[in-house]
Amino acid sequence: MKLHYEVPGDDLSLAGRASTEVKRALGRLGIDPVEIKRVAVAMYEAEINMVIHAGGGTAEADISPERVTVVLADHGPGIADLDLAMQEGYSTAPESVREMGFGAGMGLPNIKRNADDLHIDTALGLGTTVTIVIKLKTG
Amino acid sequence: MDGATFHSVTLDPAKCTGCTTCIRYCPTEAIRVRKGRASIMDDRCIDCGECIRVCPHSAKKALSDPLAALERFPLRVAIPAPTLYGQFDEKFTVDRILGGLLALGFSDVVEVAWAAELVAQATADWMAAAEGEGPWISSACPAVVKLLQVRFPSLLDKLVPVLSPMEAAARIVKERLYPGRSDVGVFFISPCAAKVTVSRYPQGARVSAVDGVIGIKDVYLALRNVLPSVEEKPLGHAGARGIAWAHIDGESDAVGDPRGISVSGIADVIGVFEALENGKLRNVAFIEALACPAGCVGGPLTVENPYIARARIRARERRIALLEQRPSPVSAEGLELLWEEGVSARPALRLDPDMLKAMIMMEEMEQVLSSLPGLDCGSCGAPSCRAFAEDVARGQALITDCIFKLRENVRKLAEQLIDMERMQPPGLDRE
Ligand SMILES: Nc1ncnc2c1ncn2[C@@H]1O[C@H](COP(=O)(O)OP(=O)(O)OP(=O)(O)O)[C@@H](O)[C@H]1O
Ligand code: SF4
Ligand code: SF4
Ligand SMILES: [Mg+2]
Repeated sequence: MKLHYEVPGDDLSLAGRASTEVKRALGRLGIDPVEIKRVAVAMYEAEINMVIHAGGGTAEADISPERVTVVLADHGPGIADLDLAMQEGYSTAPESVREMGFGAGMGLPNIKRNADDLHIDTALGLGTTVTIVIKLKTG
Repeated sequence: MDGATFHSVTLDPAKCTGCTTCIRYCPTEAIRVRKGRASIMDDRCIDCGECIRVCPHSAKKALSDPLAALERFPLRVAIPAPTLYGQFDEKFTVDRILGGLLALGFSDVVEVAWAAELVAQATADWMAAAEGEGPWISSACPAVVKLLQVRFPSLLDKLVPVLSPMEAAARIVKERLYPGRSDVGVFFISPCAAKVTVSRYPQGARVSAVDGVIGIKDVYLALRNVLPSVEEKPLGHAGARGIAWAHIDGESDAVGDPRGISVSGIADVIGVFEALENGKLRNVAFIEALACPAGCVGGPLTVENPYIARARIRARERRIALLEQRPSPVSAEGLELLWEEGVSARPALRLDPDMLKAMIMMEEMEQVLSSLPGLDCGSCGAPSCRAFAEDVARGQALITDCIFKLRENVRKLAEQLIDMERMQPPGLDRE
């Protein structure tokens, strides 16, 4: 089944809502807590990135007994050097969000650590689509 | 009911008007109003007491013991929560308050605040030796532990497996002060309902050493009345560090790790746990989480305003800090304070044990939700349209329980009636 969310880009206080909703949905389905946590961490980081770096976008979670696939799509600036962006500690986050504890350059590496599959489709000036797959052993 | 479903917050049906005030405040969406009365879903209730606080008709109460329960035991020991000290003006010293409990019929008193100092030390020791990654979550608030069981099962392995100050105090009474005696009753003087529950179904211990739990509000008047005439004796042993557990920050300060977060009030506790589950809290070693506003001083069974009570406790801390701490009433050397068993998840929010079935139910839930007005008006008896959609999918509510859906159906029916009225029986239908 699919769940769809709009992620507004103008309100950091709302960032993380979609991940929270997905987390609750997975709880209702009785998915293993450890797997829920992996989805939560990966999706949350991608959702925050979308708000901080790309002005918001959409999030979609496709849940089957075998896997959870989360697709986060934005029409932001895109990522110039993906290999560089994937490195721990690399960040272009502005000072204003660093003060809130973001911008350590840990988000993408963290997504990679928690996902079974990670695919990032990005084009400068066009946007970024992050696809995260978490395999479930529960199914 | 058993350990998985027992809760001590209950409804007095005679007082409940079905006003639906409480349903919105329950953090686990455990309350529904049906047939004009609220009811609590047993497996979801975490005993946070939010519904006791907000009910305008005082229809929610805790299953605590009356003062008369003392009569069951020849020797009765009061173990008051430090919160009790915040209920009274500072002119009444801790010694006087403890003396007041003796005047009410207790044979002895042991301060939970004193035991809290031992628990703080045990917590610091356990964290120093712990393998694995923090942040470690305090298990002192039973409502918070239950919240994790129901809503954040992935965080259960972060709980500090150390007994609560209440349990520690009760054990000291039974194992050290009066060992081997069966005529001793230990009574916790409690700020909250959650402690009633864990005195029957303990967290981390196989059996609780607590025999009864009496709400602070149920001793308040009697105690207040005797206080002026009590003869002061040196009964208090707790230092400022122990007394401070009555309010937020007290426990963290006592445990002493500077990389801590203290959070109180169930909504903010949930916020911190969401952040923790999302992996957002880096560089945090310890989380002190208390379900009640400002900590136990905000417990639903207290009398005084939480912030006034906290100010009083802090004034007492400053005063007590100037005095030399009295020697311990009994040695707690070698007392086992670690949990004997873990706590497990409570899948109360799961739609169905069979995941495929749960998925079908969730599809239905989403479908129902998209057809609802989204006003969260509460007339259906559920806290939100989403919760109502869930009830429909679970087969616990009918879609026409929604007043808007009912109206829609009535309108359709009326239209059909009008259509039917237009249709003439074929025999009469002449051009
Ligand atoms: N959706 C996106 N659109 C545009 N740029 C992005 C997007 N996601 C990530 N980036 C770029 O990749 C960099 C690294 O991202 P990453 O999430 O690892 O770190 P961060 O967001 O800067 O900091 P942290 O996640 O630790 O708060 C970002 O600084 C940004 O330049
Ligand atoms: S005590 Fe808390 S969890 Fe239980 S029904 Fe009341 S508000 Fe809900
Ligand atoms: S914060 Fe204190 S008073 Fe409130 S539920 Fe938790 S332990 Fe009880
Ligand atoms: Mg990031």
